[in-house]
Amino acid sequence: MPVDIPGPASSVSVQHEPFDVGAEIAAIAAGRPAIGAVASFVGLVRELPGCPGGLSAMTLEHYPGMTDKALEDIVGQARGRWQLQDVRVIHRVGRLAPGDAIVLVVVAAAHRGEAFAACEFIMDYLKTRAPFWKKEETRDGGHWVDARDADDAAAARWDV
Amino acid sequence: MIKILYFAGLRESIGSSGEEIALPPGVSDIARLRAHLAARGEPWGSLATARNLRTAVNQRMVDEGAAVQDGDEIAFFPPVTGG
Repeated sequence: MPVDIPGPASSVSVQHEPFDVGAEIAAIAAGRPAIGAVASFVGLVRELPGCPGGLSAMTLEHYPGMTDKALEDIVGQARGRWQLQDVRVIHRVGRLAPGDAIVLVVVAAAHRGEAFAACEFIMDYLKTRAPFWKKEETRDGGHWVDARDADDAAAARWDV
Repeated sequence: MIKILYFAGLRESIGSSGEEIALPPGVSDIARLRAHLAARGEPWGSLATARNLRTAVNQRMVDEGAAVQDGDEIAFFPPVTGG
């Protein structure tokens, strides 16, 4: 069940449906000549190289109500750090297959430095602060993905 | 009353996505609430044993010292793994 009601006021969406990266970038950049750089990140469901059964699917659970607030807080922190023209974050929930897109972050700014940095910051913080959980389904059954220390380290280097 | 929510692996091990209970006497913060809930025995034992359990009060992440008041929504969950 989608929890986000699309609207111009919100740059954050949590949804089951796939997203169109090109359409999202075009929508941000259209008619806004102050934008000189758009950086985007797309996260995909990855095959598990070490898993003999292979990954058949992944289910993303979230905390409806908190998810949007957490993402908006992360975007707000990015806007406080860099001069940004626009930010769009889409995170999917529900059952996804290998190769499916999970998350999109698009950052528009005057110059590439701000766009690249803010895009990475948003992803690093999303990985440790936004209430999503992945459950992998393999031939051997389902198991919850463990949080990675590397993600905490990536977020910590921004020193928020 | 307080509303308590469990997510992901914690929800599965408890076998429930949440409960509503009266704020127990003497429970004023997250650490005490967690201990109170776990002390009821199974299936809530994993509240005591789960490592790195995270908590949100009224949909904001907090630490174990955060205050709990009547009417709050409190969520317990494992470290997040989105993105």
